[in-house]
Amino acid sequence: MDGLQTVGSALLTLGLVAVAVALSLYERLGLEKEIGVAVVRSFVQLAAIGYVIDLIFELESLGTVALLLAGMVLFAAWTSSRRAQDVPRAFPVAAVAVGAAAVATLGLLLALGVVPATARYLIPLGGMVIGNSMNAASLTMTRIRDDVKEQRPKVEAALALGATSRQAVAPILKTALQRALIPLIDATKTTGIIFLPGAMVGMIIAGADPLEAVRLQIVVLYMLLGSVSIAAILVGTLSYRSFFTPSHQLRLPAAGE
Amino acid sequence: MASLKIEVRGLEYVVGGARILAGVDAGMPGGEITAVVGPSGAGKSTLLRAINRLIEPSFGEVHLDGAPTSKLDPLELRRRVGMVFQVPALFGASVEEAVLYGARLCGKDASPEQLLEVVGLDPAMAGRDPQTLSVGQQQRVSIARALALEPEALLLDEPTSALDEAARRKVEELVGDLNVRLGLTMVLVSHDLSQVERVADRVVLLDEGKSLGEWSREDFFSGAGERARRLISGRL
Repeated sequence: MDGLQTVGSALLTLGLVAVAVALSLYERLGLEKEIGVAVVRSFVQLAAIGYVIDLIFELESLGTVALLLAGMVLFAAWTSSRRAQDVPRAFPVAAVAVGAAAVATLGLLLALGVVPATARYLIPLGGMVIGNSMNAASLTMTRIRDDVKEQRPKVEAALALGATSRQAVAPILKTALQRALIPLIDATKTTGIIFLPGAMVGMIIAGADPLEAVRLQIVVLYMLLGSVSIAAILVGTLSYRSFFTPSHQLRLPAAGE
Repeated sequence: MASLKIEVRGLEYVVGGARILAGVDAGMPGGEITAVVGPSGAGKSTLLRAINRLIEPSFGEVHLDGAPTSKLDPLELRRRVGMVFQVPALFGASVEEAVLYGARLCGKDASPEQLLEVVGLDPAMAGRDPQTLSVGQQQRVSIARALALEPEALLLDEPTSALDEAARRKVEELVGDLNVRLGLTMVLVSHDLSQVERVADRVVLLDEGKSLGEWSREDFFSGAGERARRLISGRL
């Protein structure tokens, strides 16, 4: 156990990152810079959030917890909207979707008394909900954007036959939502067989009873499945509108004439 | 059925700082085939899209039998004025589904077999996957799909440019035939003057987003419009 808790161990794992960088250089993948940025950012951000969480635990104030979660939602929405360039109104759409997913799932867990209303539970669980919802939001928005562009002739043909924007975009919306949800659905299906989820691994390493760890993990999985679905569906139904005018016209300018 | 008269008045369309249409006036008389001719980039396809409001004109108006399209529900307008594109873009797992797409959306009854017959295809094709048809056949399915809504007019955006010579002639014959049999008003965008001479009753000439004039087919090919035709024909 001691091995995991020293600064030295963190430095040793950096050796593995060095292998990745070496591979990137050798294969000319051009990923060294991205990997470097990721290493530095994750270190700084995790260290910072460690101190923040420590502080909030001491404050024992639910208001502060809510404030921190709200900040996480806004940051997630900003990240997602940068991913979804050219998607009109991506930031508010992502903020509403990720926020609603977080409120709905955390609210339900609290209302049913599944988890106690303490920072120790709300912050890590909220982080998982928000992070996963953010990924689903980004995937859904970028997929809709790319498909609307690529399948413009089909969308236009549907509109010309009297379809509403919603009807014209329906096949695209369906694929986008499937793409966003299938990874998590598959991960949930194979969990315990192919991989052991992070929260459970963490608890077991930290010395918790494996059955207790499993109980929490099941809560986490269901919560993620729920929140990610909410976020993806909300993002899908909100963002497709940005590509059309209220008169059911495509907003992207036509290619050519 | 009385044929729909389409009138375009002072139409302009500006997008992203570019003036695609810069003042188009044109009349498309009921029951006739009007060809819209002009060099690429003249705004021909944009003009068609402005007629059924797939795009919103920045200035000017389109009138159907004297009524401005800006006052019509766009979905209703598009059902009355059908459109056939350069690329067929069919949906559905079968030809039947592809033909009925628009009709089903508005709860209209239509017989796919009958529609296939109207466009000169074997009604037994209804069960086939549209992707297994030739492009020429797909284009005729897309015409059948537009006809399923019983439109009063048909906009044809270079419907034969993706087809080989034989398929092109068949679609041209079909267009002429539908015009006579159903009395449909048609607007045909084309850069092929020999096609225009074979099919069209009238010609509207566009260049750089402006209409340069309109003529009967006879005048365009051998009368008052000949000079304009010569000026433009090298750039088509």
